[in-house]
Amino acid sequence: MDAAGGGNAPSAAGAGSGQTTLLDIENVSLSFGGVKAITDISFDIRAGEVRAIIGPNGAGKTSMLNVINGFYHPQEGAITWKGQRRSRMRPHEAAASGIARTFQNVALFKGMSTLDNVMSGRSLKMHRGLFWQMVHVGPARREEIAHRRRVEEIIDFLEIAHIRKKPVGKLSYGLQKRVELGRAMAMEPELLLLDEPMAGMNLEEKEDMSRFILDLAREFGTTIALIEHDMGVVMDLADRVVVLDYGKKIADGTPTEVQSNQDVIDAYLGVAR
Amino acid sequence: MELLHAIFVAPFVDMFTLPAFLLQVLWEGFVSGVLYALIALGFVLIFKASGVFNFAQGIMVVFAALVLVGLHAMGLPAWLALLATIGVMGLFAISVERFVLRKLVNQPDAILLMATIGLTLIVKGAGQLFFGADTKSMITEELGLPTGSSVWEVFDDIVIFQHIDIAAAVIAILMVAALGVFFSRTRIGRALRAVADDHQAALSVGISLNQIWAIVWFASGIVALVTGIMWGARSDVSFALEIIALKALAVLILGGFTSIPGAIVGGLLVGIGEKLAEVYWGPLVGGGIEAWFAYVLALVFLLFRPQGLFGERIIERV
Repeated sequence: MDAAGGGNAPSAAGAGSGQTTLLDIENVSLSFGGVKAITDISFDIRAGEVRAIIGPNGAGKTSMLNVINGFYHPQEGAITWKGQRRSRMRPHEAAASGIARTFQNVALFKGMSTLDNVMSGRSLKMHRGLFWQMVHVGPARREEIAHRRRVEEIIDFLEIAHIRKKPVGKLSYGLQKRVELGRAMAMEPELLLLDEPMAGMNLEEKEDMSRFILDLAREFGTTIALIEHDMGVVMDLADRVVVLDYGKKIADGTPTEVQSNQDVIDAYLGVAR
Repeated sequence: MELLHAIFVAPFVDMFTLPAFLLQVLWEGFVSGVLYALIALGFVLIFKASGVFNFAQGIMVVFAALVLVGLHAMGLPAWLALLATIGVMGLFAISVERFVLRKLVNQPDAILLMATIGLTLIVKGAGQLFFGADTKSMITEELGLPTGSSVWEVFDDIVIFQHIDIAAAVIAILMVAALGVFFSRTRIGRALRAVADDHQAALSVGISLNQIWAIVWFASGIVALVTGIMWGARSDVSFALEIIALKALAVLILGGFTSIPGAIVGGLLVGIGEKLAEVYWGPLVGGGIEAWFAYVLALVFLLFRPQGLFGERIIERV
C-alpha cells in the first residue's frame, strides 16, 4: 500500500468469516416527542458481513442508520461499537472512529467536482498544518499527492474517471449515488452505511452498484449495512437481513429464512391488523 | 429640456473636459469600494459557512480597531498590540461559537439573525465600557503604514494618491488572494465549502461544525481587524463606522451573499458608483447622494436579479 496508509481494509485478513461482532445494538428505542420511531430494537453487525435492513416505508430504517452514525441519540438502549459502549457519539466523532455513510436523497457537495467530493472523504486523514497546505510545498504536497493517488484508485474502481472534473450537481442521479459511495469509500471506513444505494436507478445502474458493493465487501473486507427496497438485490447481496415494521424488529436471519417468515410476508403484503 | 441636459449631457461633458479630475474621483471611489468589499467579505465568510447573516460584522470592525488602539494606549508596542488583538479576535470567535451558535444549531435563520443583533449590542457595550465612546485616531505610523501622498501628472493636471489608500488596496488584494488559496487548497477550506453545501453530509465525512464555525468567525474577525485599521487610518476610529458598515448589506445584495468575487465586485461598484453619482449628479439634488446611492442600487438589483451578480441561483422546487 502507499503512504496514504492502510488501504481500504483494516479487517481484510481475519474478517472473512464474519464472526466478531463489530456493532451491537441492544434494546434501542427512539422517539420524537410522542412519536415512536424505533421501539426496543436489538441486532448486531459482524465484521466483514453485508447486513441488510429492510422493511416497508416508515418502518424506521433510516432512523436506525441515523442512530448508528450519531445523528440521533436514542432515549433507551445501548450501542457497543468495536467492543466499547458509546454514549452520545456525535456524527463527526462517529466518522472519525470508522463509520461512513451515504444518504437516501444523495447529500453531495453540489458545487464541487467529483474529485473534490471524493477528496473531502479524506479530510480526517490529512494532518499537515494549515500553513504548509497553503504554500503547497514539502511534506504537505507529498501528503496531498498520496491522498490524491488513493482517491484516483477509488475513482477508477467506481468507473467515474470520465466525470472527475465535473461539478456533481450536473450529474445524473445514478452517477451522483456512485460519487457519494466514492466519498464514503475514501474515508476507508470499518463500517459503511448505505441508505438505499439503488433508489431511482435503472437495471443496468443497479447491476453496476451491486457489483461495487460486493467487491467492496469481498475484496476490501469492508463491513456494510444497507437499506434497500429491491428484494432481488437484498437477496443477492446480503449475508443476513433484519426486518423492521412500525419501528419494531419482526425478523432477523439469512435472506432465505427471512423470505419465508410469515410476519415479513404479512408486513409486505399489508395484512389487516 | 434643461433638466435632461443636466442629467444626460452635462456630467459627461464635465468628465471629458477634466479627465484628471475624473481619474481622481474614480480612484477615491475605488479605495472606498475596496473597504466596502472587505466588510462584505467578512459577512460572506460567515454566511457561506453557517447561513447566518452576521449583523455584528460592522461592530466587529469597530471593536477590533478599538482593541488595537486601546492596547497601544496602555503602552504595548504596536506590533505586540496587533498580535494581542488577533488573539482577542480568536477568543471572540471561540466564545461566539461556544455560547451563541452551539445552542442555536438548526434554529430558523431569523433566530440566528436576532442572536447576532444581540451580539452587536453586547460588543458595542463592552467596547464603550473598556475603551470609552470618544473618537480615537488609528496608530497608523506606529504600525508602519505609509502616510504621505504622491502626485501623478497627467492630462496637464494632477491626480493625488494618498499612500495609505494605495496600501489599503494592496493589503486588501493580498488578503483576498490569501483567502482564495485558503479556500481552495487547504483541508479546512475544503471542509468549509463542504459545510456550506450540506451540513449533514459534512458531518458524515467527519467535519466538525463547531470547529468550522469558530474558524470562519476568526477569519472574519481578522478581516474586520484589517478593515478597522484601514478605515481608521483614513478617517478615525469611532462607533459611527458601524453605520457605514451597513452599506456592505447593499454590496452583498449586488454581489450575492455567497460569493467572494461578488463581494469584491459589488464593493467596487458601490464605491465607484456612489462617488461618481455624488460628484457629477449630486448638485442636481443638492448633494447627499453618497448616503443612499448604495441602497437604491441594491433595490434595483432586488427587482431584477435577486440572487446578485455571482450568487447561487435561487430555485424553489415545489
